[in-house]
Amino acid sequence: MSNFLPKQFLQFDPLSLFFLFVIFIVSLPSAIYSFSYLKGEYSPVKIRLSWFLLTIFVFSMALVVSVNNALVFLVFWEIMSLVSYFLVVFDTDHEKSIQAGMIYIVMTHIGTAFLIAALMLMYKHANSFGFSAIKSACQVMPGKTKNIIFLLLLAGFGTKAGIVPLHIWLPYAHPQAPSHISSIMSGVMIKTAIYGIIRFVIYILGVQTYWWGILLLILAGITCLVGIIYALMVRDIKRLLAYSSVENMGIILLGIGLAMLFQSMNMPYLAVFSLIAGLYHLVNHAIFKGLLFLGAGSVYKACGTRDMEKLGGLIKNMPQTAACFLIGAMAISALPPLNGFVSEWLTLQAFFLGAVNATGGVKVFLVICAAVLALTSGLAAACFVKAFGITFLALPRSRYAKEAREVPLTMRAGMFFLSLLVIIFGLACVKIIKILSQVAGSVTGFDISSMHFSLNNFVLSPQVGKNIYSSTPLLGLMLLVLGLAGFVVYRLFGKNKAVIYKTWDCGYYKIGPRNEYTATAFSKPFRIAFSFFLLPYRKTQKIRESFYHVKSFAYETHTTPVFKRYIYEPLLELVFKVAKSMRRIQLGSIHLYLGYIFITIVLLIVFIQKF
Amino acid sequence: MLIILQLILFIVVAPFLSGLISKVKNNIRMRKGQSVLQPYYNLAKLFSKREVVSETASWIFKVTPFVVLAAMLVSAALIPVFMLRSPLNHAGDFLALIFIFSLGRFFLVLSALDTGSSFGGMGGSREMFISSLLEPALCMAVFAVSLQFGSTDILAFSGMHAISVSSVVAALTLFLVAIAETSRIPVDNQETHLELTMIHEAMVLEYSGRSLALIELSSYIKQMILFFLIAQIIFPIGLPVCPEGGQVYTSFMQIFLWVLWYLARIIIIAITVALVEISVAKMRLFRAADFLGLAFVLGVVASVCAILGV
Repeated sequence: MSNFLPKQFLQFDPLSLFFLFVIFIVSLPSAIYSFSYLKGEYSPVKIRLSWFLLTIFVFSMALVVSVNNALVFLVFWEIMSLVSYFLVVFDTDHEKSIQAGMIYIVMTHIGTAFLIAALMLMYKHANSFGFSAIKSACQVMPGKTKNIIFLLLLAGFGTKAGIVPLHIWLPYAHPQAPSHISSIMSGVMIKTAIYGIIRFVIYILGVQTYWWGILLLILAGITCLVGIIYALMVRDIKRLLAYSSVENMGIILLGIGLAMLFQSMNMPYLAVFSLIAGLYHLVNHAIFKGLLFLGAGSVYKACGTRDMEKLGGLIKNMPQTAACFLIGAMAISALPPLNGFVSEWLTLQAFFLGAVNATGGVKVFLVICAAVLALTSGLAAACFVKAFGITFLALPRSRYAKEAREVPLTMRAGMFFLSLLVIIFGLACVKIIKILSQVAGSVTGFDISSMHFSLNNFVLSPQVGKNIYSSTPLLGLMLLVLGLAGFVVYRLFGKNKAVIYKTWDCGYYKIGPRNEYTATAFSKPFRIAFSFFLLPYRKTQKIRESFYHVKSFAYETHTTPVFKRYIYEPLLELVFKVAKSMRRIQLGSIHLYLGYIFITIVLLIVFIQKF
Repeated sequence: MLIILQLILFIVVAPFLSGLISKVKNNIRMRKGQSVLQPYYNLAKLFSKREVVSETASWIFKVTPFVVLAAMLVSAALIPVFMLRSPLNHAGDFLALIFIFSLGRFFLVLSALDTGSSFGGMGGSREMFISSLLEPALCMAVFAVSLQFGSTDILAFSGMHAISVSSVVAALTLFLVAIAETSRIPVDNQETHLELTMIHEAMVLEYSGRSLALIELSSYIKQMILFFLIAQIIFPIGLPVCPEGGQVYTSFMQIFLWVLWYLARIIIIAITVALVEISVAKMRLFRAADFLGLAFVLGVVASVCAILGV
């Protein structure tokens, strides 16, 4: 029995500590934020319930990343999934929440089923659930079993991470939860899946096969593109953020997949470097996505809607929220000198170094992957220009947006904290990379002392001997100095007497919110360019007063949810069909059921004896 | 010190290229055309004009000219023009350059949305569309050049490489990128204010006076940076202040010829752009995706050539 329930099941190696850091650094501001966010929105009893659930949620995540036993891991994994389900359906009066919760709980359990299968297979070989025991058993495991375990783990963790096409739950569940929970779910919870992949695949299983990394890279590339293209299309701001989480998980997985590829090719230096890139993007995404979700929550709190087409002009009434959201949007669009730039630069650099040092066709493959990443980052910039521009700039498009007021201090405090982190993680990149190299070194088991990732404390130079530099502090300083220089020149020509006047309206009377570009209009070129994938369609309807007089037109434009339509709906139909045919053996007679049980037991005994 | 000289060079020479392109285009069309110095006159005029700011605009609208200018000047400071390595070169590499460009564009589009005019939204939306599809092509061009050099260091442009198939194709890719980035035919048209076609002009429609001058200046600088990079790839020439194996010039005549050729290359690129502009028709916006697709494919070809070592 001691195999099952160890006395000591906690361990804090660098990887666990890193993830604990990520969990708490996002959970803390989100918790502070929730003080005022929950007030007035829910009844006092429910607020207490939410605190209770939040505590369990954070602790279950913390334990998931710090146990050293697969069985205990599964237990906490399950607690984490269940508690987050309750948090998703927290707004019980919304029908959408129930539906979102349903999709979430089904998908997450399918994922857990794969995980259980994988861990059972591991147990079968190791005769223990302890990580160290499994690790040593994996050294002598046959390659075929390893491949099966890898695929099971990939499916299991991939569901949680939102790898396309298993991402289907993410855009439903994340927007539906209260905003501070969305921030934790998107910022941290899905990262536990990355922890799982690093811990079980890289650390325990050990990558020896070449195609694992390639497979993960292909999936990650698809995930990036699909995530960001959908994010561009939606008009619900929290849904946009959820889709963008799918995209960013793709970017993180690009780093992880690259690390796996290099590990199998026996290039320790590059493996460590790519892992650093992946981990860096992971912590960055946790920070800025947490920030953006809190910002979106503030907008929701102030305006009562998440539909971007009804927002606008909020920068005037909510200047501080707008500034925080802008910082988050800039970071996620990888603009220097913020943190998103550092990690995307590192990932691109990892691809480049791979393309220089790898052999054969892999080089071309890596170059194409880098192009995918570049396209993703371009689209992400477009997406977040849209998110910020439509929500916060120009004229308010509805009464709610016009009457919005700045949110209370505790909510802003959470956002300020995360904005500050965005800037710190951008400027102090060299220090952070040093810490991350410790983590990456301990995971891969390579000696990192001989690898120099930095030239000095300000400049980043990933390749020894070669001069590749990037220094965010220096870039930031230069931007500031030259921007100020521009301002000085601007002022040298005398004081600027700008006239405040109406926006150019082509000589018509008045330009109003209805003339503004909307989110849907902004993304129209993308909808047309990616129409082969999005399959957009429109519905027009004439509303007639009489046969001769058309009073108004109703016009809707939609995109076809490809994955739902062509994968999940047929699958669901199949499940229902099978279930229906199963009803034939369900006759209601207790004798028959006893007979079924007997047959099952006999079959099980035969199975155990045989295998 | 040389860095400041370099920035001044970019600020002073950049408008000339636009004037030149416009002059060449007009002359080929059998028109007299405006003076080559017209962009300078425009800037001077704009600097002395009073500004009109939309009442809808927020602080984003006001800071954008400075952010855009700063981004372009930083890019101009990063690339090796006079010397191989200055303290500021350490700030970023070739990949960082892509993201710095993106910083300027990000703010420009936000400022376009800020005034609440549908022109701004239209221009912004189209600009993001073009530029995001441009990004992979640019990335491939960067990779192709850097793969030859062995690192993404900006020194790949120090002009000490031999011309290969890869660098020619990479230069071609960058050329297409430059046409799209500088809003020229067939992707955009700088000469028109027709709402159906304009992209860049629609974005900056609400700007006036000094702010517009700064933004125009930034686009001139961006254009010159791109032309310079193309010139360095396809007509490599060493740098004057170059301790590690650059050309050594002894006589005054040699230095004079060097300077002449150094500038002439950029002018050749500018004239080529003008020739391309008058010989093709403006594309529909959604055909531009094909154009950028072509640029991307060329970029991949360049990278593959670089990998193969040809």
